[in-house]
Amino acid sequence: MSDTENVVEPEEVRHVADLARIDLDDEEVDRFTDKFADILEYFETLDEVPEVDAEEDLANVMRPDEVRDSLSQAEALDNAPESEDGYFKGPNVS
Amino acid sequence: MSTEYNGYITTERIDGADDGPLAGTTVAVKDNISTEGVRTTCGSAMLDDYVPPFDATVVERLKEAGATIPGKTNMDEFGMGTTTETSAFGPTENPVAEGHVPGGSSGGSAAVVAAGDADMALGTDTGGSVRAPAAFCGVVGIKPTYGLVSRYGIVAYANSLEQVGPIAPTVEEAAELLEVIAGPDERDATTRDATNEAGESAYDYAAAADGDVDGLEIGIPTELLDGADERVTDVFWDAIDDLESRGASYHEVDLECLRYAVEAYYVTAMSEASSNLARFDGVRYGQSGGYDGNWNETFARAREEGFGEEVKSRVLLGTYALSAGYHDKYYKKAQDARAWIKRDINDALEGADVLASPTMPVPPMEMGESLSDPLTMYLADANTTPVNLANVPAISVPAGETDGGLPVGLQLVGPAFGEKDIIRAGSALA
Repeated sequence: MSDTENVVEPEEVRHVADLARIDLDDEEVDRFTDKFADILEYFETLDEVPEVDAEEDLANVMRPDEVRDSLSQAEALDNAPESEDGYFKGPNVS
Repeated sequence: MSTEYNGYITTERIDGADDGPLAGTTVAVKDNISTEGVRTTCGSAMLDDYVPPFDATVVERLKEAGATIPGKTNMDEFGMGTTTETSAFGPTENPVAEGHVPGGSSGGSAAVVAAGDADMALGTDTGGSVRAPAAFCGVVGIKPTYGLVSRYGIVAYANSLEQVGPIAPTVEEAAELLEVIAGPDERDATTRDATNEAGESAYDYAAAADGDVDGLEIGIPTELLDGADERVTDVFWDAIDDLESRGASYHEVDLECLRYAVEAYYVTAMSEASSNLARFDGVRYGQSGGYDGNWNETFARAREEGFGEEVKSRVLLGTYALSAGYHDKYYKKAQDARAWIKRDINDALEGADVLASPTMPVPPMEMGESLSDPLTMYLADANTTPVNLANVPAISVPAGETDGGLPVGLQLVGPAFGEKDIIRAGSALA
């Protein structure tokens, strides 16, 4: 990381980790702060890229909205760490 | 049937139909491809005990074709790596280059084929993850045109870039496996029918492996050789000489846009990953950590525990690149670069049948060498990432070895749905 300017501040890493719902410890925040400075500095070269018109040949893919077989409720719940009365059980919403 | 080089995460056998083009053939499957009733970990502690309730479309097609799946192969966690060292189940060692990485992220798939522990394998390729390990392990790998193969049942890393691809000892075998998995799927709306693009015989890949390169015109992008290791370029030019002696000719092309491919790829892939991996909250599947309390804090602790360093890093950088104030600077510019690369690669393919380069700019790294320096690892993807950004197909074929005996791969890139062109050209070498 450059000495004169901190490209990334630890507070920014904490903010992004909060948005991404990853509970980093202090040591990780320090490590990612340095690492992200290097990587984001490298991404800066994208500034040189000219604006380009994308010629996308996109088409909507539609199908009739028909009922068909799907997983049973029990199968869908099979991998859930916790379930109750046929539903996924999550933590409290506060 | 575990292997000393740690190629498999799970070795539960799945039997296919009695008859079919792949009857009597073993096809190992990368562990981010869903197998009904057999755990699918993505190389992550987060999915340590996840057992899919359904098969990916490509697995259904393998079983219908009579293949036996001997196990699920090791990989970089969620496909995020170039060396198969970020797996929560330990690194895979290169079975043909002791002490070196097998490439990644489909390192287990290439390793079991190279070691003869499976006849063929499936990998996934988001920025080179089939071709890199094929090159490093001395086998063949194909990254199909975007939309040729169904992604239904693949655990998503970066949807706009990834395809399932075959790995095999020879081009002809890889082409046979591609024939089985290719074709439209109503469960993946991004799949296309190749016969609409390339005619009636679009899917006859194995027949195209006839080694005939007489009259083949090869374009060589100089940007993909400039930064490459001399040990690699020496082998590359020998292979081009070989093709020339059999009637092919080449010219160099200058594609300035390729200098921005690695940055454009990582910004795009990380951004998509930050959204895709939001589903791992430990409620419907995955490790919950058993925490109580506030919803968001509980998820954050489960994700802190379940994800490894590289996955956290990419999810956070992707979140950053999409966050308010940075979207235009990173994500939008990456999409401009992608459009530029796509346009210029297609233009170059107007004047050439295929584009050739070394698959990897370096020979296989020593184990442990690149983990501490992510940028060096990212730069190893310089030659493979343009292909995913342009939605076109590419093959990596063994080109020879360095003086030190390390495998070197040659990459051939073709136009969209031009799989037969790269298979034909590649079959002249392997």
